[in-house]
Amino acid sequence: MQPITVLHNLGVALAAANVDTDQLIPARFMKEPRSVGYGQFLLYDVRHDEHGTPDAEFILHRPKANNAEVMVSRRNFGAGSSREAAVYALVDYGFRCVVAPSFGDIFASNAVNNGLLPAVVEEEEAERLLAALGDAPADIYVDLEQQLIRVAEVQVSFSISPVWRTKLLNGWDDIDMTRQHAHTITEFAAHYSAQFPWTAAQPPESAIISKG
Amino acid sequence: MSTPTTLFDKVWQAHEVHRSDSGQSLLWIDRHFVHEGSFHAFNKLAERALPVARPDLTFGIADHYVPTLARDLAGVADPKVRSMIEQLSQNTQQHGVTLFGLDDPRQGIVHVLGPEQGLTQPGMVMVCGDSHTATHGAFGSIAFGIGASEVAHVLATQTLWQSKPKVMRITVEGQLAEGITAKDVALTWIARLGADGARGYAIEYAGEAIRSLSMEARLTLCNLSIEGGGRCGMIAPDQTTFDYLRERPWSPKGDAFDQACAYWSTLYSDPGASFDLEVTLHADEIAPTVTWGVSPEEALPIDRAVPDPEQLSDPAKARQARDSLAYMGLTPGQKLTDIKIDRVFIGSCTNARIEDLRAAAAILAGHKSRVPGMVSPGSTLVKTQAEAEGLDRIFIDAGLEWRHSGCSMCVGMNGDLVASGERCASTTNRNFKGRQGPGARTHLMSPPMVAAAAVSGRLADVRTLTAGSDSSVQASGAH
Ligand code: SF4
Repeated sequence: MQPITVLHNLGVALAAANVDTDQLIPARFMKEPRSVGYGQFLLYDVRHDEHGTPDAEFILHRPKANNAEVMVSRRNFGAGSSREAAVYALVDYGFRCVVAPSFGDIFASNAVNNGLLPAVVEEEEAERLLAALGDAPADIYVDLEQQLIRVAEVQVSFSISPVWRTKLLNGWDDIDMTRQHAHTITEFAAHYSAQFPWTAAQPPESAIISKG
Repeated sequence: MSTPTTLFDKVWQAHEVHRSDSGQSLLWIDRHFVHEGSFHAFNKLAERALPVARPDLTFGIADHYVPTLARDLAGVADPKVRSMIEQLSQNTQQHGVTLFGLDDPRQGIVHVLGPEQGLTQPGMVMVCGDSHTATHGAFGSIAFGIGASEVAHVLATQTLWQSKPKVMRITVEGQLAEGITAKDVALTWIARLGADGARGYAIEYAGEAIRSLSMEARLTLCNLSIEGGGRCGMIAPDQTTFDYLRERPWSPKGDAFDQACAYWSTLYSDPGASFDLEVTLHADEIAPTVTWGVSPEEALPIDRAVPDPEQLSDPAKARQARDSLAYMGLTPGQKLTDIKIDRVFIGSCTNARIEDLRAAAAILAGHKSRVPGMVSPGSTLVKTQAEAEGLDRIFIDAGLEWRHSGCSMCVGMNGDLVASGERCASTTNRNFKGRQGPGARTHLMSPPMVAAAAVSGRLADVRTLTAGSDSSVQASGAH
């Protein structure tokens, strides 16, 4: 995973609350292999009408929007479905960071697992950033070490869990980290199954029991 | 005496394999469910040439993409949908994982099947690449949804890194009145606290009203924890739980069951255990509730009117309401019972268990639905049971389609969609924009409320309907 320290590129304002993962990527696109590139599906139904015609006014259709790396939005971003495809859509589009007052829990950990920074700011700070960005892609600066974001004259600080910050700064991957604990896990599993023997999944003798 | 401990902490502590310097815990996973959407995770595993660490604790379920018209893969028109179901079969077979596939008589939606088969048990930590995994917490387990990278991690290691959430308790005092369901309890607390009101918290549901809920109603309540932003939802196991689990296919048997039961009986929040947040509701404040907007927090008792943004003093709320009303095609201040519907859907892991179908059938019996609609049972076993009770006849006679089990119109991945601009009264869990199809308008409510909407052709108060109906309709409810 590509580490993040500083992002200095274009940011876009998505001035809406509750941008859920169903909006970030509609379910019908999720049967595609990742290799097709999920960026094309990002916010598809929000930025196209029912005939698939792009809404020219939508922020992602503005000139230079395809160079944007940072998205600023309102509260409860990425709520809902656990679909990691929502993060793939953002990442494949080119985003490295989303800024919002709050995130869906599962979305935020999916983001970190894919090198996308979920930066939490106060609600008023989000409004200041949205106002500073306006309705066209604009310059934005995000510093993960200092935990601050700057757009023109507006500078705000953001929060992120220290564990996630370390992972993102180093581009670490969980599976590699965990495999270093393989021995501890084996010991735990033996102890656990002795203490809670019934948690072993015993296949049933008769397969079907219907109970109302 | 040891310090009073919450139910959540007891289960968490028993699963802590390791705690890192940064305070993250590596948790042991007792049950891991995978479905068609888990192909990304299996691909990640393949990239690293890793095996599934514990195929015996991993279970595959075909639900998200399965057809509901027939149990026949050849009849699936979209080759990509077919391939999703096939990939699950291949991946589970390759790794020696038990599969509840399309043609399995035990097939069902993962969160219906797990409890039904006795795979879900108290005191476990359970995960699945689906946010409604919180459902299984109804048994007193910690159960939560995870993303594809985490699914790959669990497949490879049978463990998961987690930061410990805060714990909140939602207590519902008193007894729920007739016609008020677990769905109404959930929509009420979510409307009150907001769709991110429980973000960062594990929820424990407690109180007299919760204790009185059946196992199935508890599953509905815990299922919706995620719609209020909760990491998971739990209910302390009790006699209701143990009775449900006895003799389930994968439940422990004989002495092992008694041994397990003795442990399960210790799983409750000790008196004096402290919670990071306490919320109390009174059962008599809870009315049949429906959503009017595009977030589960936009819910109101059925006898109310949708908001008028002009009357809202908070500009953020007014803006959100304006946007939601526009998407939903509603007039500010419109009475909920004046909202006409185009179709109904009874299904999903939230509300398609046998008790849900009975409750809906009780309202529909002897009536015609004024709109088209579909009933998709939560599992194939629920379907069989419903047919044995004659519920299928009630739905069909009312003019609704009786389908096979799957996620179906909850998410539309299999092609069961609400048309653009259509308004659907639905027993599902998400009224997000486009959730049931591009441009679809969803109103969430309980199964009896969907049935009431079906016979009225508009959103309706089930209480006024049952009050005026004859006793034969009531009797067929078989509660
Ligand atoms: S029924 Fe809906 S919410 Fe439940 S598992 Fe299926 S898609 Fe998810």
